Amino acid sequence: MSQADNAPPAPQTAAPTLEVVDIHKRFGGLEVLKGISLEARDGDVISIIGSSGSGKSTFLRCINFLETPDTGLVRIGGEEVRVRPGRGGKPGIASHKQLERLRTRVGMVFQSFNLWPHLTILENVMEAPVHVLGQNKAEVRDRAMALLDKVGIAAKRDHYPNHLSGGQQQRAAIARALCMEPQVILFDEPTSALDPELVVEVLGVIRKLADEGRTMLIVTHEMAFARDVSSQIMFLHEGRVEEQGPPSKLFKDPSSERLRQFLANHLH
Amino acid sequence: MLQGFLPQLLSGLWVTVQLALAAVCVGLVMGILGAAMKLSPIAPVRWIAEVYTAIFRGLPELLTVLLVYFGGTVLLTAIVGDYVEVSAFGAGVAALGITFGAYATEVFRGAIIAIPKGQIEAAHAYGMSKLLTFRRVVLPQVWRIALPGLGNLFLVLMKDTALVSVVGLEDLMREADIASRYTKEPFTFYMAAAVMYLGLTVVSMAVLHRLEKRANRGQRRAAS
Repeated sequence: MSQADNAPPAPQTAAPTLEVVDIHKRFGGLEVLKGISLEARDGDVISIIGSSGSGKSTFLRCINFLETPDTGLVRIGGEEVRVRPGRGGKPGIASHKQLERLRTRVGMVFQSFNLWPHLTILENVMEAPVHVLGQNKAEVRDRAMALLDKVGIAAKRDHYPNHLSGGQQQRAAIARALCMEPQVILFDEPTSALDPELVVEVLGVIRKLADEGRTMLIVTHEMAFARDVSSQIMFLHEGRVEEQGPPSKLFKDPSSERLRQFLANHLH
Repeated sequence: MLQGFLPQLLSGLWVTVQLALAAVCVGLVMGILGAAMKLSPIAPVRWIAEVYTAIFRGLPELLTVLLVYFGGTVLLTAIVGDYVEVSAFGAGVAALGITFGAYATEVFRGAIIAIPKGQIEAAHAYGMSKLLTFRRVVLPQVWRIALPGLGNLFLVLMKDTALVSVVGLEDLMREADIASRYTKEPFTFYMAAAVMYLGLTVVSMAVLHRLEKRANRGQRRAAS
């Protein structure tokens, strides 16, 4: 085990950056996730697609336990959180400390940005590295400024989120995720709340991150974008993985009839 | 001026200010605790908070002051085993603080609920513990939402300080009372006290206005 940890990266044999095993989730009587697993290796960009109600957002939210799955396991960079059915039928997470550590390694970008409105853009980006990771403020500040520059909103750093456009807020949220130096970034429909003309600027930033070799999971309705940036596409239908593979295969020659129909409705 | 009673009135005014400030500190702590308890997932904890707010919003403030003053002495004496007398000031701080806290519990509870869930999710997603989330994300915004309501309660509290004069606290009300009896000029001295209470209110409102402005940094002015 420890040998594998120290070994130099070898794309074929190295342990996956992120491993999600057999996630089940039930809301009341409705089983929304019926056992979904996923492996992401370093540099993978996996787009999760599917019609609404397919469970794609719920699955993404189970990876950092914003939704607690009923059963399942998430492993990332040596941190592992497992959920077992606890007493009284409520799912139990063994260790909350471990969960918090896992979360610091997973960045998350939300559909509605969820920036903290009482903090400036720069403070938003610095908040978690300083107060959760306990990193040196001056160093975090330098890093945060560089990231804001990278996503193109350095000039807005002292503004409050409510004074920015949606596209600018989402780019700030991406900078906030990057500042944690996460091993994986989760995007939960990052452009769905944006006006059409603002979608481009946010997708541009995500594309840049893909080119840099960041490991990312993206729940999206932007099919053309998914086809361009992803190394893997995962098509969910009614809580199951209906089809999975490289975009070249899935978009050109889907095996599943459901995916064929879905693409017919979403690709123009 | 005021037949030499001005120094007494001013010293009474100072006692009133101290009482109000001490009581509001107690009350804010009680209010935050009460709100946190009311939002607790544990039912008995919620019940305790419900009983607390039901009692102290239900009792007349004057009765609460009397109960704390006389009951406090009995209670403390029983606990310590030796005669302990509760000071009028201490009883006033406790009674007014507890009452303020009961009302503030509801103000804080409403403010906490008003914070969008997404912001709390974002905090959790970045590894913040529940406590850190409360301290860094919830509390700073609770102030903004709660301030107008709390400001109102503070103005009420300041007037209620006059009730503590019945158990002998030498506050502004009592000093005015003493002076008016001594000089047989009640109108002059009650009027002087009225002006001073109004002065306190004006100052308080100005301070509250500044606090609200500060707390509203980053918020859109209109709309929302």
